Amino acid sequence: MKASRLHSPWTPWLFLAPFLLSFAVFFAWPAVRSLMLAFEQTYGPKTTAFVGLTNLRFLAHDPFLWTAVGNTVVFALAAVLLQIPAALGLALLLNRSDLRGRRFFRLVFFSPSIVGLAFVAIMFSFMLEKRTGLVNGSLHQLFPAWNPDFPWLERYVMPSLVLAQLWISAGFYMVYLLAALQNVPGELLDAANIDGAGPWQRFWHVTLPEIRPVLNIILLLVVTGSFQLFDLPYLLYNDTSGSGPDNHALTVVTYLFQTGFRSGDLGYASAIGWMLTLVLVGFALVQRRLAQRNET
Amino acid sequence: MSLPSHRPLLRPGTLVIYALLGFFGLLTLMPFFWMICASLKTPADFFSSQFLPPGDGLFGVGWDRLSLAQYVRLFRELPVPRAMLNSIFLASVGSVFATLFCAAGGYALAKFKFPGRELITTLILGTVVLPAALLLSPKFETLFHLHLVDHYLGIFLPAAAPAFGLYLFRQSMVNSVPADIIESARIDGCGEVRIFFTIVLPLIRPMISAYLVIVFIALWNDFITPQIVLQSPELQPLPLVIFELKGLYGAEYSMIMAGTLVSIAPVMFLFLLLQREFISGLTSGAVKG
Repeated sequence: MKASRLHSPWTPWLFLAPFLLSFAVFFAWPAVRSLMLAFEQTYGPKTTAFVGLTNLRFLAHDPFLWTAVGNTVVFALAAVLLQIPAALGLALLLNRSDLRGRRFFRLVFFSPSIVGLAFVAIMFSFMLEKRTGLVNGSLHQLFPAWNPDFPWLERYVMPSLVLAQLWISAGFYMVYLLAALQNVPGELLDAANIDGAGPWQRFWHVTLPEIRPVLNIILLLVVTGSFQLFDLPYLLYNDTSGSGPDNHALTVVTYLFQTGFRSGDLGYASAIGWMLTLVLVGFALVQRRLAQRNET
Repeated sequence: MSLPSHRPLLRPGTLVIYALLGFFGLLTLMPFFWMICASLKTPADFFSSQFLPPGDGLFGVGWDRLSLAQYVRLFRELPVPRAMLNSIFLASVGSVFATLFCAAGGYALAKFKFPGRELITTLILGTVVLPAALLLSPKFETLFHLHLVDHYLGIFLPAAAPAFGLYLFRQSMVNSVPADIIESARIDGCGEVRIFFTIVLPLIRPMISAYLVIVFIALWNDFITPQIVLQSPELQPLPLVIFELKGLYGAEYSMIMAGTLVSIAPVMFLFLLLQREFISGLTSGAVKG
């Protein structure tokens, strides 16, 4: 032992122990266990059998899984195309030093992300109702041609989910982008201004490159979050365990939850989960590679 | 040095920005306002007016037709007070657990050199890629074997070890806890546990309050974990109870909306009080890192 060390070699372990112990029991072990389960099939509560790659082979031909993948991809695309521009737009509106009430507006836009998803689901199930709901009522008042019985939840399942998620998330990501915008050095913008660059050119050539790292993180968060969409459809369509009318609300994680907890096939559920993990890790790696290429 | 610029208070561009902010702000707050109105109205008024019922009171609103009857009912006849206490207990004890575990772990990783440190850090931070849903059933299996099902510890302990929290505290220890303060305390003969509680924790107080609120709100809002872990109705927190009320009394709009608002209000209030800490805690990892 080195003489300069004033503490016992056990000290760091003492501080790490509580975290490490719960982490090992409730994260590391379940992760290992789920990897084992992915190669097993569960028959009833106590009987399992090693089935090798059968679960994976079954995945490829499972029509429900592919419906779920399709819905999830559509949701993720809509989330990227709506949430990120909305968040960036709000952040740009708020990013002015002479703006009064900036903290107030930041608070207003951020407030939906404090609301629990169970409560969001209750709110939107009322708001999207035919005739009595806020959305149809307002649209009908603004545009008398709008059908007050527009069946959002019954027939426009994906738009309903996308709308609810946009309400929750736009202000959340706005906070990150606003912080990034405020870190853009003012001298750079002043220099561009003196060089005769207009607002659009300043945004495109100065601001955007500066906030690109944060935009990349947000893209990663939106995509990985969207691929794990579960609580919202599960709660909004609770009467069908989250499947929704004609399985239009069924997402990959909802299907995983249904197979694991409703049908009790933990093996197949784990196989779905590990496939999802591989897809997410793959996306993160590709995105990182592209981001690094853009920087050089 | 920049030249002093003389700007008028309101330029046309600024007006457009305020108009846009006002429009989107209204759009964001509309659902809350609509719910507040609906929770105060009678069923007949709910169907006949969109926000406040018309009448001959101030601003042409029938104020006398609004009542707090639904709120009274929630607390007198329905299991909402119990659920509220459960939620408060769950979220406050759970957030203290998580903050202590993560702060102590982050301290060990940031301020000590020991064999295995890099490996542990990589391993723990690597698990953020695992989807939470993947671990759901094996975690339930483990809880079952440890007899933690239908017990609050079954929520506290798994919630106490998030990789995200460990990362946040490690970063904040690296940035705001100088090594020589710890060294000199040791030379003065101060014990390790005392150093942690009386010297290290006070130095990162903003991070602690930020993380307490983040975890408190997350636990307050969680639906899936308590649904799986807690089976006895008398243990269940607000999200489960209000959601169940909606299933039982789905047509009683005013009452369900009152229940939802009552459940949202405490965290909204907490967020208003600690918004600066909350937002800086959330963004500290992503923006500066």
